[in-house]
Amino acid sequence: MNQLTGALLSLPVALWGSVAWAAEPGKADSGLNVTAIVMFFIFVMVTLGITYWAASQTKSAKDFYAAGGGITGFQNGLAIAGDYMSAASFLGISAMVFAKGYDGLIYSIGFLVGWPVILFLMAEQLRNLGRYTFADIVSYRLSQVPIRTLSAMGTLCTVILYLIAQMVGAGQLIRTLFGLPYEYAVIVVGFLMVLYVAFGGMIATTWVQIIKAVLLLTGASFIALVALNHTGFNLELFFKTAMESIKTSALADHKKIVADNKDLFAPGGLVSDPVSAISLGLALMFGTAGLPHILMRFFTVPNAKEARKSVFYATGFIGYFYILTFIIGFGAVMMVAPNPQYMDTAKGVLVGGNNMAAIHLAHATGGDLFLGFISAVAFATILAVVSGLTLAGASAVSHDIFANAICGGKVNEATEMKVSKISALVIGMIAIWLGIQFEKQNVAFMVGLAFAIAASANFPILFLSIHWKGLTTRGAMIGGTLGLVTTVTMVVLSKTVWVDVLGNKAPLFPYKDPAIFSMTLAFVGCWLFSKLDNSEQAKQERARFDAQQVRCEIGIGISEAAKH
Amino acid sequence: MSNESVDSEVVKRVKANPKYQELVIRRSCYAWILSVSMLIIYYAFIVIVAFWPKSLGTKISPESVISVGIPLGVAIICSAFVLTGLYVRRANTKYDELIRQIKEEAK
Repeated sequence: MNQLTGALLSLPVALWGSVAWAAEPGKADSGLNVTAIVMFFIFVMVTLGITYWAASQTKSAKDFYAAGGGITGFQNGLAIAGDYMSAASFLGISAMVFAKGYDGLIYSIGFLVGWPVILFLMAEQLRNLGRYTFADIVSYRLSQVPIRTLSAMGTLCTVILYLIAQMVGAGQLIRTLFGLPYEYAVIVVGFLMVLYVAFGGMIATTWVQIIKAVLLLTGASFIALVALNHTGFNLELFFKTAMESIKTSALADHKKIVADNKDLFAPGGLVSDPVSAISLGLALMFGTAGLPHILMRFFTVPNAKEARKSVFYATGFIGYFYILTFIIGFGAVMMVAPNPQYMDTAKGVLVGGNNMAAIHLAHATGGDLFLGFISAVAFATILAVVSGLTLAGASAVSHDIFANAICGGKVNEATEMKVSKISALVIGMIAIWLGIQFEKQNVAFMVGLAFAIAASANFPILFLSIHWKGLTTRGAMIGGTLGLVTTVTMVVLSKTVWVDVLGNKAPLFPYKDPAIFSMTLAFVGCWLFSKLDNSEQAKQERARFDAQQVRCEIGIGISEAAKH
Repeated sequence: MSNESVDSEVVKRVKANPKYQELVIRRSCYAWILSVSMLIIYYAFIVIVAFWPKSLGTKISPESVISVGIPLGVAIICSAFVLTGLYVRRANTKYDELIRQIKEEAK
């Protein structure tokens, strides 16, 4: 607790120090946004207060990893929605709608439709079988050491890739919004996320996520309402004004659409061929069901009933949010594109890049004060998402690798939690380092790769271990490894990395999204090598399915597990 | 996890209970029907996007700028929410009651 107090006290100094530094002439990239910094500062103070309270509530491993199982379905629904509504999806999807129109909607639909399937086939099962990580479920009847190691690898790959993308995004966004230097932004984000996770565990991470989700939904609703009000809530007029507006827009994307004699209301070039379309759809849909920081949320509710309610609420909030981003994107076409104040006419992009569409619209609809609010919310969004990722990564190291794979489950809770906190610190430092290293790199492919790995390595073994009696350790190991290795290989050889990052001329693998191949290969691998597995161990593993299924279906045994 | 696994006597009793069989079959049937519905809705949409992208750009009426793709997209988003609602409603009323009875009878 004393450590926490010390850290809390040093934070204002660190933050104000960075502000002072940024305020020096010539150091900052753009003017210092005082409103945004004050609002963000208030957010940080409130969340650190929560972390302080959460630290006093965090006594056992169950508190640390799963918020003591005391989160309600509604709260968890908000937290899940918060995990999902990252700055990338808020700014990225509204920017995609702004620049390409309908394509943005196709993307957001893909992100949403995984949720019902998670509810129908996984949510209650996750709650009934798992404790802290999704590896608990896969290793329920399979061999602990190999399965936990594989799951932890899948988790860490997903988490690190996702973290790099978030960190780089954070640095660039904060440089533009707050006028802070890139490195400072990355360090502040890394420092805060380690504080939340190491001291407040899942309780703090969940509440930070809930607060941010409410702020983001409120802010986005306000922008959308003001934009709709601009045409008196007449949708026809709203879209018509947007359509007129692109004809005179200086944005390169808009000029191209006008030159090609197209409009914003039909699919454009996002999905070029059927294989890519279906592959992207698979990665978005099933990747969600394999993201470790999302899966962990199902262990924070007391029972299966609350787990299912949380997905219902989460689907509602996320669906609503995507409808808002669609309105915001078109609102920006109508109100931001024609305004030379927001346009870098020479380059044909928005000031600060096209991802600023929602931010500029916030300024156009609510002035400087509201711009400050939305900027602070965007920063808070990044912070909340990276905290969830860090906790998922730290849990994989402490619970799966250290406590179960290395110590065979014979380790006391205090030691395990200490390992988890140290892991959070190490992951935080790695994330800061990588965030700075990747500053000038194109990291857009990393979230896609994280989703593809989640869909091809984590999801198949998790899904089959719950639903298919025949799955054996050998099948899961081979199938999961195949999924992981082929995903990474195919993405590295595809245009996104081989050409855009490594600078080669032509891609060796023709499709951007590998999921249709890698996920199929993972499932076939799991199935084939489980079928071929006639070992004594495999027989026992199949025999243990009945007990697993009983617990999975009716939740017998979970209330006992909840007590310790 | 062996220290937490369910007592094998309880497993036997639960498995022998016809209500348990009923629960497993009914719930998994409903869950799969809803999952397949969602998959069909989504992949039908993706196939249209991939093969007939222009059809989504058709205007909803001659004087309108709004294309059929927009209400269709919003409808898909709503369908996801409605499907989860359908499942939750049935689970909260029917399955939870069955589970309560099975647990009671397994004691």
